[in-house]
Amino acid sequence: MAERMREPLVNAVLVLALLIAPLTAVALDEPFYVGLASRVAILALAGVGLNLALGSGGMVSFGHAAFFGLGGYVAGIAALHAFEGSAFLAWPLEIGGSESMIVVWVVTLAVSAVVALAIGAVSLRTAGVYFIMITLAFAQMIYYFAISLPTYGGEDGLSIYLRSSLPFVDTGDPLSFFLVCYALLLSALFLTHRLVNSRFGAALQCARMNPERLATLGIAPFPVKLTAFTLSAMITGLAGALFAELNGFVSPAMLSWQRSGEIIVFVILGGVGRLFGPVAGAALFILLESFIGGWTDRWQLVLGLVLLSVVLFARGGVIGLLAGRARHD
Amino acid sequence: MSLAFLIEQLLNGVQLGVMLFLMAAGLTLVFGVMGLINLAHGSLYMVGAFFCAWIAGQTGSFWLGLGGGFLAAAATGALVEIVVIRRLYDRDHLDQVLATFALILIFSELARWVFGDRPLYLDVPAVLSGAVPLPGGGGYPAYRLAIIAVGLTTAVGLYLLIAKTRLGMQIRAGESDREMIGALGVDIRRLYTAVFALGAALAGLAGGMVGALQSVQVGMGEPVLILAFVVIIIGGIGSVKGALVGAVLVGVTDTLGRVFLPQLFGLLLPPSEATSVGSSLAAMAIYLLMAAVLTWRPKGLFPVDG
Amino acid sequence: MRKFSKGLALGLAASVALGCGPAAAEGLKIGMITTLSGGGSGLGIDVRDGFMLALKLSGESGIEVLVEDDAQKPDIAKQIADKFIQRDKVDILTGIIWSNLAMAVVPAALRDGVFYISPNAGPSALAGKGCHPHYFNVAWQNDNLHEAMGGYVQDNGYKKPFILAPNYPAGKDALTGFKRFYTGDVAGEIYTQLGQTDYAAEIAQVREADPDSIFFFLPGGMGIAFVKQYAQSGLEVPLFGPAFSFDQGILGAVGDAALGVKNTSQWSKDLDNAANKAFVEAFQQEYARLPSLYASQGYDTANLILAAWRQTGGTADKDAFQGALEAADFASVRGSFKFDASHHPIQDIYVREVVKEGDVLTNKIVGVGLKQHSHAYIADCKM
Repeated sequence: MAERMREPLVNAVLVLALLIAPLTAVALDEPFYVGLASRVAILALAGVGLNLALGSGGMVSFGHAAFFGLGGYVAGIAALHAFEGSAFLAWPLEIGGSESMIVVWVVTLAVSAVVALAIGAVSLRTAGVYFIMITLAFAQMIYYFAISLPTYGGEDGLSIYLRSSLPFVDTGDPLSFFLVCYALLLSALFLTHRLVNSRFGAALQCARMNPERLATLGIAPFPVKLTAFTLSAMITGLAGALFAELNGFVSPAMLSWQRSGEIIVFVILGGVGRLFGPVAGAALFILLESFIGGWTDRWQLVLGLVLLSVVLFARGGVIGLLAGRARHD
Repeated sequence: MSLAFLIEQLLNGVQLGVMLFLMAAGLTLVFGVMGLINLAHGSLYMVGAFFCAWIAGQTGSFWLGLGGGFLAAAATGALVEIVVIRRLYDRDHLDQVLATFALILIFSELARWVFGDRPLYLDVPAVLSGAVPLPGGGGYPAYRLAIIAVGLTTAVGLYLLIAKTRLGMQIRAGESDREMIGALGVDIRRLYTAVFALGAALAGLAGGMVGALQSVQVGMGEPVLILAFVVIIIGGIGSVKGALVGAVLVGVTDTLGRVFLPQLFGLLLPPSEATSVGSSLAAMAIYLLMAAVLTWRPKGLFPVDG
Repeated sequence: MRKFSKGLALGLAASVALGCGPAAAEGLKIGMITTLSGGGSGLGIDVRDGFMLALKLSGESGIEVLVEDDAQKPDIAKQIADKFIQRDKVDILTGIIWSNLAMAVVPAALRDGVFYISPNAGPSALAGKGCHPHYFNVAWQNDNLHEAMGGYVQDNGYKKPFILAPNYPAGKDALTGFKRFYTGDVAGEIYTQLGQTDYAAEIAQVREADPDSIFFFLPGGMGIAFVKQYAQSGLEVPLFGPAFSFDQGILGAVGDAALGVKNTSQWSKDLDNAANKAFVEAFQQEYARLPSLYASQGYDTANLILAAWRQTGGTADKDAFQGALEAADFASVRGSFKFDASHHPIQDIYVREVVKEGDVLTNKIVGVGLKQHSHAYIADCKM
């Protein structure tokens, strides 16, 4: 029983720590750590998205950077056209840029959904390693497309000179922007929690573990998985839009296969299938990257050794380590 | 456009394909027998190239270098299998992806530490530095023909190894039923180490040979790794025959795409735009090929059951 | 955090000896973001080593340099920039090698009020419309070396060059730059893929087009691969390119295949001036290797900053510091050095040829591509 109580406790501590850290940083006048916390929140959000496909649905997508990058490009392109006062599309409808964060979010969600439906419809015909690799292939296509897209900077990427705005919130202020990201992260966590524990979640679990049985219940596994994949992509896409706004910059690097790998790393590092796993994973990864990087040029070596140790010796990830392995056994 | 040009480009495609086959063969064997996804396979290719360049630089002999690269990659493979990979066989693919992703980071930095920050020099051996005349005029580099020969010989050798030898029998048994071969009294641990080292050696061989054509540097393994994955997915994971067919298909598609797509767009667009658009599309060509194959055959061209 | 502070005791002694007027009263904090890991690390390491050498030779104390590796990833570079600016409160940022990383870092850093002094990347966006009073480029605008080669190829009577570059912004700028000064017809034009390592298909196309010269821009491993494969193809059309594929750090890996290739550069180890001689000798003594183009750029960057700092005592008065940088009152290894209105160098761009000195491949100057050259975007710069 004690084990079962421990995971919610760890989760609560994690979420509070992520809130308290930037507040403390503001009090100490260290804005850099506010930015770092926003980074953690955003990448955790990307991980929460992937976790829905990967943890609950068993779909190991090696191409989620595609959605992350698409979100980034929506933010970047909207900002560019708003800044220049030019049109994204002149015909048949005139569509210009936008300075509203809400618009960026809505468009990101829509674009991610459409692309995920297309990619998912093809990819979900396969399973296992084939699925891993076909999602990678789609992401690579989008990556190469972005590199050779001269209108939006190609390899050089796009600068976002002005962060888009929200009513009643000064998004330019680091703490306010963090709180926006944090609120979205909590909403996504809440949403996935509800989803996983709903009838849909049960069907998704079943589609992962025993698709034949699901079919005998009169539910086709394919639409269930496709829906989960699409929702997952939308969440990751949203994270991408926020990431571009945080950095004031978007480039094809956001679409690279290493980025897809990193999002997977967040999920595994935290603990697969654990609701708050990506939060722990992203936090640990960013802290390692930031602090070892300041300490030695060979930081990638240290990072590699840490990741390897986590897989070999800490099964169930960070949350598993802290909260015990109650859920998996 | 002359016939010689077309033949030359086809040879280029085949040569790229054969080189990819050496990479893909190891990947597909390791996956087929042990069920392991190894992202660090590109690092073994890099190890082969670095040792080949270093030994060739020290001794002045390309052949010693190539042999050394082959052995060094095999030894590194065996070592990595014993220390790390062995613990991953009963894990799910996710853990394997993360662990081998970590190995890439470790290998890249270690290579930089051991061999320095600068690309190493490796040239083709003098015997193969010339060109062989092609029918219809023009010449083709002898070294590239040699790569094609080595690759095809390796393919035949692998076929014989798997079809005719005891090790091959065990490999086949392992592909169809992993528990069974343990019951038959085969030392599975040694079999797995041997298969992994074999795959690593082939990657090292590819690295050494390609090192003479391009730059021996940190990070050289990752682009090839991605292509090799595309190859084994197209061919059907676990199938050596599939890897060969997939590799040649990918090599030829990529090469011909690079040459002809820009020319095709040249009919419609001004030259500099055409080459830019055509080249972008060429970069996507093999991924389109892969998506098309998987849509048609979700388990690749030569699916292996079990 | 690794700090390259000068030895404290030495520093104190020096400041006492110099009598240390008001100018040196204030310290200076520099953040260097550069590529120290992965395939592109050779460039970043050279820039850093050249930079640190200049500081060491100056004997100045009071300058603190923070160095961090960006792993050639834009978002890591941005993260380090935020850390340097917000936490460490640096006055100046420098060090970035790649244009795409510069575009991720520089505009935001300038908005945050720090100076950015580029030792390498010079994207057109920062030279023209996006120029800024606190942005200085010590190396070149990205198109410069290609433009010079275009001029050289034209002047030497070539009529049918084949030109190729990777399909990304810097590659397109390269071919555009070349054609800005080479106004004749080209035999063919190819964009290759970024990171491509096999050029058999392209070399066959070159053969088919039967050109009288080849101009290529393929930085890093791409260039090494191209030149080696070109040498094996048996084609004997002369090669021309910017210095990047024939620089000291990379020549060893290209090997004899590079011999005789003409390349454009704003610096060469055999440039005849006192500052350069001192630099080449000190660099070899300190690091036991020949300096590269990138090392020379790092060295000049540090000396530019040092000169401005000695004049003003720090960046507290931003206008004064900017003015001191604009004056560029330092002994450049390139000989004369001055900035144009957009804070990019006006300089001679030389044509070098790859030669062998004993066993070592290196470059010697054989001509001048463009004299006192600025760049093409300067009219867009409203400062």
